[in-house]
Amino acid sequence: MLADLSDRQWLWCAAGFYCAGLLLGTVSLIRGQRTSGLLISLAILAGYALQNIGLGIRGHATGGCPLGNRFEIFQFTAWSAITLYLVVGVTFRSSLLGYFTSCLVAALTILSLSIPSWDAVRRTHIFGGNPWIELHAALAIFSYGVFGLLALTSGLFLLRHFSLKAKQLGGWFSFLPSILDLDHIEVRLLGTGVALLTLALLFGSIYWSRDTATVGHAKLAATVAVWAAAALALLLRAMGRLLSRRFAWTCLALFAAALLSLEAVDGSRHPESVQATERPER
Amino acid sequence: MSGPVLFVIGATHHSTPLEVRERLVLASESALRADLAGVPGLRELAVLCTCNRVEFYGVDSDGAAADQVQAAYCALQHFDAAEFQRIRLRLTGRDVALHLFEVASGLDSQLLGENEIFGQVKEAYATAQASGTTGAVLNRMFQKAFQAAKHVRTHTGISSGTVSVANVAVDLAANIFGSLADAKVLILGTGEIGEGTARAFKSRGAADLAVAGRRPEKAAEVASGLGAGTVHFDERDSRLADFDIVVCSTAAPDAVLSASAIARAMRKRPARPLLVIDLALPRDVESSAADLQNVFLYNLDDLARIAQANRTAREGEIARCRAILAQRADGLWSHVQPHLVSASVPRPSPAPRSPGAAGHAAAP
Repeated sequence: MLADLSDRQWLWCAAGFYCAGLLLGTVSLIRGQRTSGLLISLAILAGYALQNIGLGIRGHATGGCPLGNRFEIFQFTAWSAITLYLVVGVTFRSSLLGYFTSCLVAALTILSLSIPSWDAVRRTHIFGGNPWIELHAALAIFSYGVFGLLALTSGLFLLRHFSLKAKQLGGWFSFLPSILDLDHIEVRLLGTGVALLTLALLFGSIYWSRDTATVGHAKLAATVAVWAAAALALLLRAMGRLLSRRFAWTCLALFAAALLSLEAVDGSRHPESVQATERPER
Repeated sequence: MSGPVLFVIGATHHSTPLEVRERLVLASESALRADLAGVPGLRELAVLCTCNRVEFYGVDSDGAAADQVQAAYCALQHFDAAEFQRIRLRLTGRDVALHLFEVASGLDSQLLGENEIFGQVKEAYATAQASGTTGAVLNRMFQKAFQAAKHVRTHTGISSGTVSVANVAVDLAANIFGSLADAKVLILGTGEIGEGTARAFKSRGAADLAVAGRRPEKAAEVASGLGAGTVHFDERDSRLADFDIVVCSTAAPDAVLSASAIARAMRKRPARPLLVIDLALPRDVESSAADLQNVFLYNLDDLARIAQANRTAREGEIARCRAILAQRADGLWSHVQPHLVSASVPRPSPAPRSPGAAGHAAAP
């Protein structure tokens, strides 16, 4: 019976577990208790396993990394954020980060599953059998997942900063990690994101230099702009010029810019790469 | 007149904000005692002056002495008498005993159950004794207050948890730095509260502490007890950038850390937060420093508000404590009342005295 489930059904199940993590955390917070890191992590792990199956089936069907439409890009971005969380979250033992990661991925996956038009056109073999291009796309979207987690951490930083400046330390503010820990996570995530995006652009540029007509100007400008902004933010942070709240707001803006740039990336695909049109399975 | 009255008159944190209490800090207890020396009806007097309160406990034998204490205090402090009238606490009789019991037990403190007040009450009593202004009533009341305070602290949970200034400050630092193992702490001031806070930091893992005081020998003594280093007080501004946490508790009348000095220090370490805890009254740190990026400034009132969050969970303990203290106040009152009655009987005098001189003998 499980073998009969479609990729979207697996992904719906995964979204269900992500929502369960969100629900668990919300109930804990409403009750004024510390969020249960173990339960949330279990929910996220279950969702992650199911999402891997769903994306695996989808990848097998499309003949590569499933990044052929907006639905797949959102799913892959959520997957990337979870992958990073499983490393960062364990490192910093931040249960509240787990809760907010659940929020992010639940939102991304439910949104992508709820809009059928995003998955109405499914492109297959979009990388033309070129593994470098596939790696370029996967790294780029993975870095966007990192920026997603960075945005969450920045949100937590701003909340912690507000609580300290406003001298409101009770309630669920008491569950937030220390402001210095959050700052360190932000810097490491931004560094990781910039490194991944740099690699993605390097791989992409090798392909692009051979045939500049294959990449639209909008996509090129958008992705380079996101990379430049992220690299500049990291540089200014290292120089001590972009700190504290301004740094956190910049990180949030970076994720917003990354999401907006997906429009340009998705819209710049060549018509000939659309090889199949299917109604999404329900 | 119905007879001598046990009274307390003063102002506390309940009705006066920090800015007002700064103006209420008694400039010179000896000057006040000198002013009150001529008050004929004032039979006994003890003065309790802390960050949270200024209170005058006494026995008024002519019904006017309490008002004269208030008037003398306002005149000495250049404090508007009408304003004091609005904010003042005034109790008489058995309620005075209950109030002192609650004060000594920490029940009336901003930081519920804090321990510092016990020592401060003891000190106030010792000073009054040394000045010769305690008699049968105040002696018994203060001694019973110490017993009652020890009892409730031992037999209830009123002193458990983080409601002391020191522990709230340490919790606050953990919210900023996480582990305190790498945090560098500067203690500005060598008073009891600063030293207590330093010990709390040390017990929570802070290894790098330094003490700066206006009296270098005292700073060295405190530092030695803490296993800490010392910083010359005059170098506090230039060395500020070396520290993550600064605890100020000097008795200086003006700010010892300016916002501009903190801003200069932050330019040397912009990425690392600075926690400044100002436990002094009058305040040691210019309040505008709170607006600086990455600077977190907390004063006594702020810490009290944080501690207040724990108060709700302890309502049950407060009720228990109050019941115990009320019982003890009733017991005390039954013993004290005869003294007040006897105090109303004019004492025989070996020589002719001017009217009211009976009270003058014990007056300050």
